[in-house]
Amino acid sequence: MADSNKIVLEARGITKKFPGVLANDNVDFDLREGEVHALLGENGAGKSTLMNILYGLYKPDGGEILVNGQPISMHSPKDAITHGIGMVHQHFMLIPVFTVAENIMLGSETDHRTKPSESPLSILDREEVSRLVSKLSDKYGFKIDPHSLVGDLPVGVQQRVEIVKALYRKASILILDEPTAVLTPQEADDLFQIIRELKKQGVSIIFITHKLREVLAIADRITVMRAGKVVGSAIPSESDEHLLATMMVGREVILTVDKQPATPKETILSVRDLNVSDQRGLHAVRNLSFEVKAGEILGIAGVQGNGQTELAEALSGLLRIDGGNIELDGKNLTNATPRQLTNNGLANIPEDRQKHGLVLSYTIADNTILCDYYQAPFNKNGVLQQGEIDRYSRRLISEFDVRTPSPYVSAGKLSGGNQQKVIVARELSRNVKLVIASQPTRGLDVGSIEYIHNQIVQMRDRGVAVLLISAELDEILALSDRISVMYRGEIVTTVDAKSISKEKLGLWMAGIHPDN
Amino acid sequence: MDWKRFSFIGVIIAVLFGTVVLVGYKAEPPILIIGSMLATTIAVATPLSLGALSGVFCERSGVVNIGIEGMMLAAAFFGWLGSIYMNTIFGFPALPSLLIGVLVAILTGGLFALLHAWLSITFKVDQIIGGTVINILAVGITGFLNRQLFFDKNSIFQGNVPHAPGVLPIIVFPVKNFIEWICGLTGESEACYITANAFGKVFEQKPIAIFAIIFVFVTHYILFNTRWGLRMRAVGEHPKAADTVGINVIRTRYINVVIGGFFAGLAGAYFTLESVPSFEPLMTNGRGFISLAAVIFGNWTPIGAWAASLVFGASQALQINLQFFRELIPAEWAFFQNSYAVGQIPYILTMIILTGIIGKTTSPAANGQPYDK
Repeated sequence: MADSNKIVLEARGITKKFPGVLANDNVDFDLREGEVHALLGENGAGKSTLMNILYGLYKPDGGEILVNGQPISMHSPKDAITHGIGMVHQHFMLIPVFTVAENIMLGSETDHRTKPSESPLSILDREEVSRLVSKLSDKYGFKIDPHSLVGDLPVGVQQRVEIVKALYRKASILILDEPTAVLTPQEADDLFQIIRELKKQGVSIIFITHKLREVLAIADRITVMRAGKVVGSAIPSESDEHLLATMMVGREVILTVDKQPATPKETILSVRDLNVSDQRGLHAVRNLSFEVKAGEILGIAGVQGNGQTELAEALSGLLRIDGGNIELDGKNLTNATPRQLTNNGLANIPEDRQKHGLVLSYTIADNTILCDYYQAPFNKNGVLQQGEIDRYSRRLISEFDVRTPSPYVSAGKLSGGNQQKVIVARELSRNVKLVIASQPTRGLDVGSIEYIHNQIVQMRDRGVAVLLISAELDEILALSDRISVMYRGEIVTTVDAKSISKEKLGLWMAGIHPDN
Repeated sequence: MDWKRFSFIGVIIAVLFGTVVLVGYKAEPPILIIGSMLATTIAVATPLSLGALSGVFCERSGVVNIGIEGMMLAAAFFGWLGSIYMNTIFGFPALPSLLIGVLVAILTGGLFALLHAWLSITFKVDQIIGGTVINILAVGITGFLNRQLFFDKNSIFQGNVPHAPGVLPIIVFPVKNFIEWICGLTGESEACYITANAFGKVFEQKPIAIFAIIFVFVTHYILFNTRWGLRMRAVGEHPKAADTVGINVIRTRYINVVIGGFFAGLAGAYFTLESVPSFEPLMTNGRGFISLAAVIFGNWTPIGAWAASLVFGASQALQINLQFFRELIPAEWAFFQNSYAVGQIPYILTMIILTGIIGKTTSPAANGQPYDK
């Protein structure tokens, strides 16, 4: 951190209303030169809104923005760029069919200081930009080829392109909106290294996140937002995860899952020699055999892309099985349709909640009956019973604490955590024997994670078999009774959850046998 | 555009040309038939390639435009009306009247495009519906005014269809003379003079046709090598990304849709000011839709779309040129006897091409999506 206490960017009394929501309520925020200032808050707390205002994408309804102590008028991102503010959005603002150089030059095709009045038909100087990009990326050790197509690059590299894009525009203030949400733990570590390097070069950084550990690792100062307001601030050395979580959620949060030892009973799911190919026809799951008993949680650990997605899709009837068989509660349901599986007691919480879990354009009410719409009481002689659906969805909304003004809001309008609650409500409210939960808390905030973890444990305690597939080691360790590690489509080991350390599990996941 | 598409286009054109040669070689030298086919192909592909440029400008910036057909039709009518008005009411000579007519046509296309932009960009009306509105509106307006102005006794033309100032003149590139000059140097063979005649025809084109070809390449260069093109493609691929780097998405889309309208208007001028000196209701006859097919087949690139337009042009040239050799068509080729059946070839080709037999193309990612912050 630079010694300077100079404030480079300040927001005073920012207020922003959206129809029905007060997204920012009189928010004050400042950023000092050369510091990393973390903005912490749950999804929907108003962090991104505030940043979009600082970047000129939204117009605030009240308040002012000061750069280097001078009030500025902010009409569009152009003004933000002129004042040296750069932003890396959570969903990258990159065009996949453009090259790295084209993406970076877009909007600032030439240096306006040397050629101020350039005609719109001026010819692109791709070589000059490529040279600049290479120079910038070498400075930070990014290894970016300016000529490659952005769509071909891994997510981590795309993020670096975004950072170079800001630096190319001579940004001295960098806003990173949930930068680690899309990264693997390794990539996140690399990003932290980059942030430290940027700091050394005098760049001031706003780091938006809801992940507590990251904040403590990288921030110089922390500001916490909740429900559109700034609710507090902290310094990492005088704070801890528990304190921050409480501030963020507004009540005591239990970060560890409280659960009794499992009492496994009869076998519910039995998988024998399962073989599945992925969409490209590659052998993704190889000779997999395992069992899940009633009243236990089997966790499937593994680095993303080791066949977990295909396993979950095969078990839920979305992907055809090449070989082997699947028995659910004693019935052979190999290559059964999703409906047959659902009718035999399968609850499925899919990995991609927006694509496979919900019909985003449908209302919450309609989403709650997606599995049962064709049966009584929701259907009589082919006519949907709206009264029944209304009662049912209202019950689920209150039981599962879905935050929505009404059951008739389309599912796409909900935050990620509430969307996941709708899915969980639908799946767990039926008469189920087996729950498959794939990445059930990916991208969710602390409050929602706590809620969903408790639901999963409650299902187990009610005697349901649970198959938990997750790339988050902490989640696997917190919930599972037994843990199987998947590596390259195979289960390399199955252990009792109490008897294994995180480090050993990490080695198994990397394909290394820890006892050798 | 990949080599596969260009070779497909080459093969189809070769087949179409070959058919005419096979029928007509007894009456005329093949080289002359090919020259004539090529000349006709380039001429009749003109509204298609201009329509395709219109589509490229709109869709590359993210606005689907199925209203090209209607813009062409309206421009054909108003351009024609403008030229007649100048000629008969103001007494302008033929050529200036025609040029003013062309200008009126271009502006008509631009005006209809502005309506489409207003509906689809500002009001975020479904762009297919917006385009359909344009098409229906154009049919209605042109049909109504055509009847009122020329067949109503109280109109300024007193119910007579006035004499049109003709069509735009042919511009001759002296290629024929040049080859003949070479013939003179190299021994005056008859084959050489026939060749001169054949190629001469190809280089005798009317101004809109020439302009269309020039602008295919100019647009291609603009699209892929200038700031304008980069920004236009950006708002068609990922408008939010363009917005975050300070590009005005709405304005960029408006301007490009209107430029697209100018091209559709010029395509309309081809029908009544360059091809024939008259207007008939519905005379564009689906060319606007075929040019959209050309855009898709050409993968939203100007040169690709132009190449695809040439396929449609060649199939129309087949119909036109076969008529010269009607009595030579062998009895077993009954299909080619019937010029109505032959006239269906462009439409059948359109369907085949759009099925994606030659592989799918990828449209701009945000094509058809209104921009919402």
